[in-house]
Amino acid sequence: MTQFIQLTVYGLSNGAVLALAALGFVLIYKATNVINFAQGEFLLVGAYAFYSAFVVLHLPAILAVAVGAAVAAALAAAIERLLLRPLIGQDPIAVIMVTIGLSAVLKAVVQIFYGTTPLEMPKLLPRGSVAILGAIVPTDRLVAIVVAAAVFAVFGAFFRWSRHGVAMRAVADDTQAALAQGISVNRISALAWAMAAASALIAGVLIGDIAEVSQNLAGFGLIVFPVVILGGLESVPGTIVGGAIIGLVSQYADGLSPGASQVAPFIVLVVILLVRPYGLFGQPRIERV
Amino acid sequence: MSTRGERVRMVLCIAVLVALPFVLNNYWLGIANAIGIAAIGAIGLNILVGFTGQISLGQGGFLAVGAFTSALLAGRAGLPLPLAVAGAVVVTATAGAIVGLPALRLKGLYLAIATLAAQQIIEFTIRRWRWLTEGRGYLEAPPLGALGWRVQHAAFERTWYWVIVGAAALGAIVARNVFRTALGRSFMAVRDQETAAQAIGVNLTRAKLTAFALSSGYVGLAGALTAHYTEIVTWERYTLDISVTYVGMIIVGGLGCIAGSIYGAAFLMLVPPLLSALADAVRDTAPFLADQLPALQNAAVGVVIVLFLLFEPRGLDRLWRRVKEYVATWPRS
Repeated sequence: MTQFIQLTVYGLSNGAVLALAALGFVLIYKATNVINFAQGEFLLVGAYAFYSAFVVLHLPAILAVAVGAAVAAALAAAIERLLLRPLIGQDPIAVIMVTIGLSAVLKAVVQIFYGTTPLEMPKLLPRGSVAILGAIVPTDRLVAIVVAAAVFAVFGAFFRWSRHGVAMRAVADDTQAALAQGISVNRISALAWAMAAASALIAGVLIGDIAEVSQNLAGFGLIVFPVVILGGLESVPGTIVGGAIIGLVSQYADGLSPGASQVAPFIVLVVILLVRPYGLFGQPRIERV
Repeated sequence: MSTRGERVRMVLCIAVLVALPFVLNNYWLGIANAIGIAAIGAIGLNILVGFTGQISLGQGGFLAVGAFTSALLAGRAGLPLPLAVAGAVVVTATAGAIVGLPALRLKGLYLAIATLAAQQIIEFTIRRWRWLTEGRGYLEAPPLGALGWRVQHAAFERTWYWVIVGAAALGAIVARNVFRTALGRSFMAVRDQETAAQAIGVNLTRAKLTAFALSSGYVGLAGALTAHYTEIVTWERYTLDISVTYVGMIIVGGLGCIAGSIYGAAFLMLVPPLLSALADAVRDTAPFLADQLPALQNAAVGVVIVLFLLFEPRGLDRLWRRVKEYVATWPRS
């Protein structure tokens, strides 16, 4: 039982980070119909941008997050403008491959600046542990869940009440109609990429704080696929549910057989693709043969 | 092979291929061999992606299936090497058809994600299945040989060169001719417009599954050759990065073009050794290049893919055609 509770907390905290990464993925997909294979590298770039501001430049933590987020968002907006916009209307293979090529470049750039050895960051989240129903769980993982929930609340409020948030929803709903209302789709695309990079930065900082800042962060980018397919590619609430389910499934799988967490999400992915390709909350408009 | 120019070019190509092993040293001959094997794999991937329009990120996994099958058949089961390689081709083709099953329902990005999952699952299996490597983490593959003959150490690269070039040439000719048959044409019909293909009587299930099987057969051959050429099979050689590099090859070379697969394989396999040669040459003036070589080699693949997609999405093949047109019509172009 204690192990079960521990695995549950670990699964939910991993799921919270995954949900943040998946949120960025879904924002990009909804606004621009691009499948971003570089989402994991956004986590990586975000974590290292934060590390540079916090450890190298000695900025205070809050300011470091803001600086890191600004850098990551600017980078993402530039990527959208220079790499993705010229490919609008092209073959899906081209769009997918440009983000894959981008992921190789981003990973290599981080490698050039920081090498491949993992970096230790001074801890931001509280250390120590608390007892829940007799199980000892680390506090930082619980705080990570709270932080992720707060970020989701901020994003939710943005979409509900902000002018730009409503415009983004309009574009996702019907691009032509949004254009007719005078919404600049180009600006919304850039905004979506920038917001995706910012949410990935928070995910990267959280997981970098819990574990370490290293190239392995990019691996989260692949587990985002099971999350978004499970939740539905167009669904923001889906990322929360999908993140939680995938986080829990991989931790429980690890509990049964150590190491199984690497493959369990992808088995879920295959099953979902075969049974319900549009996911739990997606719209069933996938083309069938 | 109809015009005089084409015949001359063919003779020139053959002459270069025959002369290479006598000109190159062992290091560069080794790279030529790697290019040859990659070309076989790239032709296979191009059959699927370029000609049939089904995206696959599972190339690394299929290479692994071919490599492990051939090493097991020749090593543990003791089959003669050619039979083991043939067995690997059949097994990989079957695996490809199985992975292709979701393609009957999924398209585009969903298929890319499905094949990504297949890649991850195969990678996990070869890493963790203890029976496969008897717990050692690697598998030894018997060296090249048949009927009592074995490859001599002194002529290792040169002997392999003939085997690989022979296999690659045969593969290219077969692939070229497949696209003159009804089956090959049905692949292209599926790529161009599925619904229309079905309306003119193409059996979509059959076309897609054969495309997956045929493509994976080539990939299995490339994997088996890699196994016996390197004489050792480890999972590190068959990761998602390899899948990405192979898709890069066919994009750089030209989607839907057999010759393009070969150009692309040569291009992407030459980038890392040329970069390292460059880093060696300028070690004194630019030590930065030598220090960051691994990162730069990784970046180069990504940069090449992105640049080709943005500026010449139809690849080297198209670039080559444009050069030929320019020369042919000069000075009036």
